[in-house]
Amino acid sequence: MRLKSHRRRLWIDRLVRLFAGFSAVVGIFFLLWILWTVVSRGAAALNLTFFLKGPAPPGVPGGGLGNAVLGTLILTLLATLFGVPLGLLAGIFLSEFGRHHPIGGALRFVVNVLMGVPSIIVGLFVWAWLVVPLGGFSGLAGAVALAVLMVPVVVRTTEDMLRLMPDTLRESVLALGAPRWRMVAILLRGARTGLLTGVLLAVARISGETAPLLFTALNSPYWPRSLLKPMANLTVTIYNYALSPYPNWQQLAWGASLLITLSVLALTLVSRIFLGGRKAP
Amino acid sequence: MNWTQSLRQRFNSRNATRERAEPPRPLFVPNPKIMVRNLNFYYGDFQALYDNNLDIAAHKVTAIIGPSGCGKSTHIRVYNRIFELYRDQRAEGAVYLDGVNILSPEVDVIELRRRIGMIFQKPTPFPMSIFDNVAYGLRLHYRLSKSELEDRVRAALEAAALWDEVKDKLHQSAYALSGGQQQRLVIARALAVEPEVLLMDEPTSAIDPVATARIEDLVESLKERYTIVIVTHNMQQAARISDYTAFFYNGRIVEFGPTEQIFTNPKNKQTEAYITGRFG
Repeated sequence: MRLKSHRRRLWIDRLVRLFAGFSAVVGIFFLLWILWTVVSRGAAALNLTFFLKGPAPPGVPGGGLGNAVLGTLILTLLATLFGVPLGLLAGIFLSEFGRHHPIGGALRFVVNVLMGVPSIIVGLFVWAWLVVPLGGFSGLAGAVALAVLMVPVVVRTTEDMLRLMPDTLRESVLALGAPRWRMVAILLRGARTGLLTGVLLAVARISGETAPLLFTALNSPYWPRSLLKPMANLTVTIYNYALSPYPNWQQLAWGASLLITLSVLALTLVSRIFLGGRKAP
Repeated sequence: MNWTQSLRQRFNSRNATRERAEPPRPLFVPNPKIMVRNLNFYYGDFQALYDNNLDIAAHKVTAIIGPSGCGKSTHIRVYNRIFELYRDQRAEGAVYLDGVNILSPEVDVIELRRRIGMIFQKPTPFPMSIFDNVAYGLRLHYRLSKSELEDRVRAALEAAALWDEVKDKLHQSAYALSGGQQQRLVIARALAVEPEVLLMDEPTSAIDPVATARIEDLVESLKERYTIVIVTHNMQQAARISDYTAFFYNGRIVEFGPTEQIFTNPKNKQTEAYITGRFG
């Protein structure tokens, strides 16, 4: 038997390492560039006025985006309230009750398709079935559109996290004489950090969405007062202000971009901390 | 009330066969707690148990031995109907607990599983504190005041020979315990609900020798109050702690009798070959 050339393998190893390292550097470079741009242009706009004042009329200096910050918070919170329970229950069904059931298979397929549906189409769907019947754009419709985007993410993480729990745990709960819903409660408890991570990632995903809000919540220069009226929000405001000719509006758009970026970063970091501190079940 | 009962019965009867036989007579031991008659078991199309007949003597330790895959665990998993968690598993025949066929759909599995506790190979503490683990079954089945609950938890931990090691950290996570401690915690959790029978499915195969010795001592002390069935790969263990031994091979019960007789004077050639270490 002839030995393979040691020298050749060494060179291939070096080459692969070089390319892998180069690709990593390129990826991180763009990420840092984006962060730097947003921070350097937006930091100046993020002051107290930004959070406390509503927008000023075009051309008038001053004004903030407090109404949009509040609107985005309301929209995200409502979407979470609608989407998370639904997604959790569907995920529980898939993992614990419908694993081999035909309905379970169909549901899993639908959820996978829903994950890939472009968000603007979800916006159109809600426009057709909620905005038109209610007679106008509304914060409620915006929250529903965001909830529709959240559901499949929550369903998938719930199912995955529950499936990670060992069957022996299920058996030992039942073997004590517990009904099945109590078994589910124990499994949820065991998987709670993973589930929380899934929810946080779903929130992070919707907090940057613009398209589904364009024809649902729309946007508004006023502070949110009713769920049935158009509602101010950060992403659509960025879209409008960045395209406007007024320098102070453009400045506010950068500030809003920075705020969203920082929020997503914070959510991701928090979810990583949860996952990192996770003990084996 | 009636429709929930009938729903539960329909749910329970999914995998069980109706058996309306006269009360059976003991075959192998006097005064049996459990009598297994013509038990066949299927995983889908695969038959795992063939015509099992067995008596489990009350307040004795019965060991079930045999090579891997011979149906030992499958057999005891019928006693508390835990196999019903899986859609494709099916039992036929009868298992009588105090004369009542527990495979009959009228039997309430929740009450059945309170009367027949089970310990698994891997310790399975619940994701909660040590106290809450032991209190879990108690809260499930009994209405207790706080002080009664505390007394019962303590009694169960003492019975499982774990109290002294955990009394100062009852409210810490059960995951912080060692493997052997976790297994004794699981035993305490099972004892707390005052079962009549304790099924142990290779309870010491995942823990170290010292912890194994402690659990063997524990089994010895528990048989005064409970009827114990233990599946084991370890023949010395079976010889040490059991009163009766059943030898399983390929889903059949090849030989059953007093442990001393099985280990010193087996009647069957396969049993002899297995206990002398020539196969399995």
